[in-house]
Amino acid sequence: METWQDEGFILSVRAHGETSAILTCMTPGHGRFAGLVRGGKSKRLAPVLQLGNQLDLRWGARLADNLGRYDVELNQARAAGLLSDPPRLAALRAFCGLLNQVLPERDPLPAVYHAAVAWLDLLPGPHWAEGLVSFELGLLQALGFGLDLTCCAATGETENLIYVSPRSGRAVSAEAGEPYKDKLLILPDFLKGLPPRPRQARQGLLLTGHFLEKHLCHANNRPMPEARLRLMDHFYQAEPSADIEA
Amino acid sequence: MITDVERLIQLMAKLPGLGPRSARRAVLDMIKRPEANMRPLARALLDVADRIKPCEICNNIDTHSPCSLCQDPRRQADALCVVADVADLWALERARAFRGRYHVLGGTLSAMEGRGPEQLNIDSLLRRLQADAQDRPVREVILALGATVDGQTTVHYLQDRLQGFDLEVSVLAQGLPVGGELDYLDDGTLTLALQARRRFGQN
Repeated sequence: METWQDEGFILSVRAHGETSAILTCMTPGHGRFAGLVRGGKSKRLAPVLQLGNQLDLRWGARLADNLGRYDVELNQARAAGLLSDPPRLAALRAFCGLLNQVLPERDPLPAVYHAAVAWLDLLPGPHWAEGLVSFELGLLQALGFGLDLTCCAATGETENLIYVSPRSGRAVSAEAGEPYKDKLLILPDFLKGLPPRPRQARQGLLLTGHFLEKHLCHANNRPMPEARLRLMDHFYQAEPSADIEA
Repeated sequence: MITDVERLIQLMAKLPGLGPRSARRAVLDMIKRPEANMRPLARALLDVADRIKPCEICNNIDTHSPCSLCQDPRRQADALCVVADVADLWALERARAFRGRYHVLGGTLSAMEGRGPEQLNIDSLLRRLQADAQDRPVREVILALGATVDGQTTVHYLQDRLQGFDLEVSVLAQGLPVGGELDYLDDGTLTLALQARRRFGQN
């Protein structure tokens, strides 16, 4: 009998049969891990099994390869407080949908886990969108597709970096990027350690979205998670005519 | 080779809420009283199987279209309750708390199950509201969807789509269930109940 105990937060819940659910959690010690929760659709467990909720988990199976069975206990309810907050709820869905799609199964990434929990803590606050951009950059880095935002890809300059090349993922200075500015992505101030400016979260999400799609979705013949696309709709609705200039 | 009775038990056992043991009990009971239970059940099953169809107006299921709820002249035409499934419509009808009309979406937006707005009856809802705007205007749309991440995501999506209409959009309250004791409630429900608290004596 294989068993382990860990903490984790919920990435997805799928109904299984009449009463059970297949739960996928992200854990620090066991990575993205799925298991069956008996009675997962019951009145007692349905409110517990909501996206983003943090749980104490006990997993057991006859063999390590089996789907296995989870016993769960709620540690921190994250989703309930966000149900009447459309942008934050969309962000939570995008975050969980993305991790569920791009994380390798049963491969522990404790640094990513702790960064993810830190972002969940940040979610009720004002700078959740900038936090999500930083998290997604870190996720790209952890999965081997980090961006180099330290110096200009063309001139080697370290000052006045305002663009990112969509091909190489390297920063580009204002001067070197001027002739190609329509094709370059914008590097938001808050990724250079400066205070965030209005509308820059959207630019940041466009930046990370481009590389997530390129390296982690298209490369695996999978589309960008629908929830991540819908999150961008919230930003476009909030600022329909906002220009996206550096 | 299985007998006809065994086949019947197997088919019954596939129904929700019934396992092989309870299916066997149900079949045995029907066999003992064929005139009282079995034949009327078989006739009712055939009748419904031949005539069941979704309502062309609200997507409820009935043996005729428009369904009996849409045809009922006593129901309020100015209040429309949007539900995810027919089971939710039946639950509201059981409670007898709503006397308006319904619209069944056919589910909620769900990334996991690959259900986007195109898979739901949202366009038909908008067409219905546009058509009703002329002669029997709907004044309130109640979004009666579950207090889940998918349910509330659907609520937010519908709120956006309904912005162009001259009507009030309301959602169901969330919080303490009747008979619920604080000690036994999950943290999420308690959080929602606190967030949705109201001044004492206010409706």
